[in-house]
Amino acid sequence: MLYQRRELLKAAAVVLPSIIAVGIFVYGFIIWSFRVSVSAWDGILPNFTYVGFKNYIETFQTQRFQTDLWNTLFFTIFFLGLTVTTGLALALLLERSVKGEDVFRTIYLFPMAISFVVTGVAWRWIFNPTVGLNALLQKLGIPVTWGWYTDPSTVGPFHVALIPLIIAASWQFSGYTMAMYLAALRGIPEDVIEASMIDGATYFQRLTLVILPLLKPITLSALIVLGHISLKIFDLVYVMTGKGPAFATDFPGIFMFETTFRGNHYAQGAVISMVMLFLVAVVIVPYLVSVFREGRRA
Amino acid sequence: MRRILTGLLLCVVLAATVWAGAQKEEENKVEIFSWWTAGGEAEGLEALIEVFNQKYPEIEVINATVAGGAGSNAKAVLATRMQGGNPPDSFQVHAGHELIDTWVVAGAMEPITFIFEENGFLDKYPKGVIDIISYQGEIYSVPVNIHRSNVLWYNKKVFDQNGLTPPRTFDEFFSVAETLADKGITPLALGDNGIWASTHLLESVLAGSLGPERYRGLWNGTTRWDGAETKRALTTFVRMLEYVNSDHAALSWDAAAQYVADGKAAMTIMGDWAHGYFKSKGLKVGVDYGWSPSPSTSGMFIMLSDSFGLPKGAPHRDAAIKWLTVCASREGQDAFNPKKGSIPSRIDGDRSLYDEYLQAAMDDFASNEIIPSVAHGAAASEAWVTELNDVVSVLVADRDVDKAAAQLQKIADKYAKK
Repeated sequence: MLYQRRELLKAAAVVLPSIIAVGIFVYGFIIWSFRVSVSAWDGILPNFTYVGFKNYIETFQTQRFQTDLWNTLFFTIFFLGLTVTTGLALALLLERSVKGEDVFRTIYLFPMAISFVVTGVAWRWIFNPTVGLNALLQKLGIPVTWGWYTDPSTVGPFHVALIPLIIAASWQFSGYTMAMYLAALRGIPEDVIEASMIDGATYFQRLTLVILPLLKPITLSALIVLGHISLKIFDLVYVMTGKGPAFATDFPGIFMFETTFRGNHYAQGAVISMVMLFLVAVVIVPYLVSVFREGRRA
Repeated sequence: MRRILTGLLLCVVLAATVWAGAQKEEENKVEIFSWWTAGGEAEGLEALIEVFNQKYPEIEVINATVAGGAGSNAKAVLATRMQGGNPPDSFQVHAGHELIDTWVVAGAMEPITFIFEENGFLDKYPKGVIDIISYQGEIYSVPVNIHRSNVLWYNKKVFDQNGLTPPRTFDEFFSVAETLADKGITPLALGDNGIWASTHLLESVLAGSLGPERYRGLWNGTTRWDGAETKRALTTFVRMLEYVNSDHAALSWDAAAQYVADGKAAMTIMGDWAHGYFKSKGLKVGVDYGWSPSPSTSGMFIMLSDSFGLPKGAPHRDAAIKWLTVCASREGQDAFNPKKGSIPSRIDGDRSLYDEYLQAAMDDFASNEIIPSVAHGAAASEAWVTELNDVVSVLVADRDVDKAAAQLQKIADKYAKK
């Protein structure tokens, strides 16, 4: 008994500091940010006069923030779609031809080890309209003058300048989804596959009717992880394109940084942070709830 | 266990010694906060510190620089320190509204008019400069340098080959630009990645078409942004953009200057730090490149300046005042500016220390009408400039003058003092 209590004390001593730290530095600061977001703090010195949701209304009315939300939506859809499908395709290819798998796995996984800042610098040059991809294609005799991330044109509310960013971000995370899918594919029991083969299923049928349904949980966790990366994206965009012409590649994170630390609009910065937190919560909370339920069932 | 205890004890003793040491040294220090970490700026700052050290060898200068982001990182750090009640003894800030609206209005700065009065500096500075650094009759910062923003830099060889002379008015600019475009040379290089270079170009156009008085009026609310004259200026700006390199949004200002250096583009409108850039690339002024005031702004000197101020509650106030006095002295300015590639904010600088271009700039500074730059924090608050930049960013893309004028007026209504 005494022994157990000592173990318990030790456990508490180990866990308690981080609980306190998380309590203060995560939840405490969320509350504090919310307080700033409903205050009149516009300028360098704090002013906590309560103004209600005035700042929220004003922020949502700015053209820049509306563009940011559209950009976030489109970026998230295409980034998630591209990353998941590329990852799945790579995993299926690797699964079928085992020769040299280690090498390919390393190559595909490698981008994930690089920081977004490095990726951003590299892709900024690749998509530079005068010295990057365009120059290469022009040397090959293909007259491309596409502006890439400097092109302010839109298709509906979709900014075409987002395309290079989506490609760069997917490049970075496809290896991650590939690794997850590869692990899941390895986890599918042999006999299920064999049974379907005996039933005379073609590869395509096996893929759509047996393998993909079994991969659903993996897809879900990949979407959650990628989803929150996409919703709070900052570093890649900041380094690669900045806010772009006419906010073509602007995101809430960049708007928040500029309005708070350049314009000293602290209340508006807090509003944007709260909206970003809300967006991430929309993605994460249902996932946490489902995990929690499963945990209880088990 | 014993080893751990000894180790702990040692740590405590060590920490106590360091702390005690720090306490003792406190008196003879001055902490200077800036974002001058590289190149001529850092060398200039060091030269300035050297002058200070010679005068006050007993005071140790702590050079607290924060790198990156053209000062935006440093500004964020500074804001945290000031809000936390831990100000540096003196910090770098753009002279004018960037200092005044951010810090002076908030009541965080001490007036330093007495430094100018006690040392007889007041008549050593042009009135235009004193106006820009003053708020309600008190001076709040020491400008250590002056840069000029309205300079048109051109590739001399390209101009000579095509028999052109640098344009002095907007009409001349458009005819020169047309000739160059026909020859397949980009007339005007722009690198507005991060948009301020567009705002920089815009302020030159606004000053050129409105003249100094009405240009100043834009910032104090007496000139309307949606009036016919300002709209005409915005239209000229948009028309100039038609002669700009198509990849401008991907470039920084120095990449644009490189286009001019390479002869890929003929002109660029940039501050006189472009002169330092060309020199560092081994080009010769008057041979490889030339300069003139940007179109229709001869006789005007759009100025920006880095300055140091005195925050309230500075831990070493006396040392900070000594530092500011050195910054404002002729000796300090002549140590700093030749290295930084700028001109002194005093009118009595030692001309022999400066090169051909800077001497010409000193002459213009002494004789021209001095007006504040908006892109670099002299004319308007940072809050205003960030919103202005957003409008310019859209204007550059959609070229909708009426919409931009209306939005700019709305922002001006919010910030201009009536």
